[in-house]
Amino acid sequence: MAESAIEITDLRKSFDDGKTFVLKGVDLTIPKGKLTVIIGYSGTGKSVLLKHILGLLHPTSGSLKVLGKELWDMKESELMEMRKRLGVLFQYAALFDDMTALENVCFPLREHRRQWDPDKIIDVATKKLESSGLGSEHFHKLPSELSGGMRKRVGLARALALDPEIILYDEPTTGLDPVLTEMVDDLIQSTHKRIPGSTSIIVTHDLFAAFRIGEHMVMLDKGKVLLSGTPEDFRNSDLELVQKFIAKGFKKE
Amino acid sequence: MISYWKNHRERIGQSIDDFFASLGKMTVEFFEEFGQSVLFFVESAKLIFAKPYRIDEIIRHIEFIGNKSILIILLTGLFTGLALSFQIYLGFQLVNATNLVGPTVGLGITRELGPVLTGLIVAARAGGAMAARLGTMRVSEQIDAIQVMGINPKQYLVAPRIVAALVAMPLLCAVFDFIAMMGAKFICIDFLDLDQAIFWDKIQLWLDPGDINQGLIKAAVFGMAFTAICTNKGYNASGGAKGVGEATNRGVVNSMVMIIVLNFFLTNIIRFFYSVMGWS
Ligand SMILES: Nc1ncnc2c1ncn2[C@@H]1O[C@H](COP(=O)(O)OP(=O)(O)O)[C@@H](O)[C@H]1O
Ligand SMILES: [Mg+2]
Repeated sequence: MAESAIEITDLRKSFDDGKTFVLKGVDLTIPKGKLTVIIGYSGTGKSVLLKHILGLLHPTSGSLKVLGKELWDMKESELMEMRKRLGVLFQYAALFDDMTALENVCFPLREHRRQWDPDKIIDVATKKLESSGLGSEHFHKLPSELSGGMRKRVGLARALALDPEIILYDEPTTGLDPVLTEMVDDLIQSTHKRIPGSTSIIVTHDLFAAFRIGEHMVMLDKGKVLLSGTPEDFRNSDLELVQKFIAKGFKKE
Repeated sequence: MISYWKNHRERIGQSIDDFFASLGKMTVEFFEEFGQSVLFFVESAKLIFAKPYRIDEIIRHIEFIGNKSILIILLTGLFTGLALSFQIYLGFQLVNATNLVGPTVGLGITRELGPVLTGLIVAARAGGAMAARLGTMRVSEQIDAIQVMGINPKQYLVAPRIVAALVAMPLLCAVFDFIAMMGAKFICIDFLDLDQAIFWDKIQLWLDPGDINQGLIKAAVFGMAFTAICTNKGYNASGGAKGVGEATNRGVVNSMVMIIVLNFFLTNIIRFFYSVMGWS
């Protein structure tokens, strides 16, 4: 198999000192350079898994390698460096609500490109916003003045500000209308294609999108990986739960 | 009838048991929360000296704390001075000691009421706003976003607020002291017609710079205390908008209790320190 971006072995997570486990031994390899979709019913631990990859949550046990390095063997400073190689679009974009769209994108640049002069930072931020498709008339608006779709675009531009190698999306289309859903899916796909060698990981329960844009798919159920493979593997799977999920997913559309 | 009383006594017994049980639980919770706030404070305070220094943020927060609180400090300071001096006048008049109204008010304000009331008011205003702000940032994943960018959120969000409170609180307390003394002067001289020269003379005689400094030091400590408590509550908020409200509420209430308790210990520590140094 090709090189992997993320390697997870027997990852377990309990929030209550081992009484119950949210992740019950996840084994998962996410290939480098591909667009991977992680699907599963809500409440199965998809977001918790994502937060582990980001180093926001500490596993109870197990191993988690990001870009070849064991995440929790790192010192805090190395972890911070590693995080710069990841970009995240949060479900509700998580924009800083006291900063304009442009300032939001400038923020990570100001923090980590201290040697750049201010004009260059604004230049780069502007380019990032433009390629995420935000009209320049919205650059100086606060997040509260932007629509949901625009906020996603700003969030994406901010996630891409530091040119990350892995881009993660948590439920990018949940709660959006069908038109907007398609727009965001396209945006994710075109972003993935635009940045050569980038790895994209999308967490969603939108099966339609998973088949439309996914190159690799992972299904999570009750804290474990049920199936991991190509979309073709999923269609041909005879696992009952996978078929049920697929049937349900398509009936809804 | 007898069975009624027996029942009643049992019920009282039960509620007394409940009372002590919940008292015990509250005590444990209090120390748990207290310990957690102290840890949070120590961790964040260390980051004040971590690069990059956040001078801009510090100035922004000083401005924020000052702006939020200055008007209400002026108002409460004035009325505290008015009420306190009048009461003390009424008492001292009975023993013909109205000469000492000025210094008594002065000592009470600068040592105790100034810092404590400033602490309580700013905790409610600025502290509450800090808890709400950080709480909102937590539940809307903005803090996660900061962390994922490879920035330490405590260094960016908490440390500058601690420094800002440390700087702003003594200034606000000084304003409170000043305006309260103006209130006292108005009551004593303009309203009660006491002798102006004696009023100021006695204040100069009895009030040392040490008394004022003591109050300002207290104010600075209170500032760090409520900032640590409120930012901790906000930073660890969970559960949507309701969680933010709870965090704000608990942050403010805990800060107020802490300021009043802390005040007692600080009074004694500072007195001890002054006497060791031979300053009083
Ligand atoms: N910080 C937390 N503390 C305790 N339980 C949590 C925490 N985060 C998530 N959980 C629990 O983990 C389970 C999986 O949550 P999540 O990963 O958000 O599901 P989803 O697959 O819908 O994203 C849920 O039952 C949730 O209650
Ligand atoms: Mg989720």
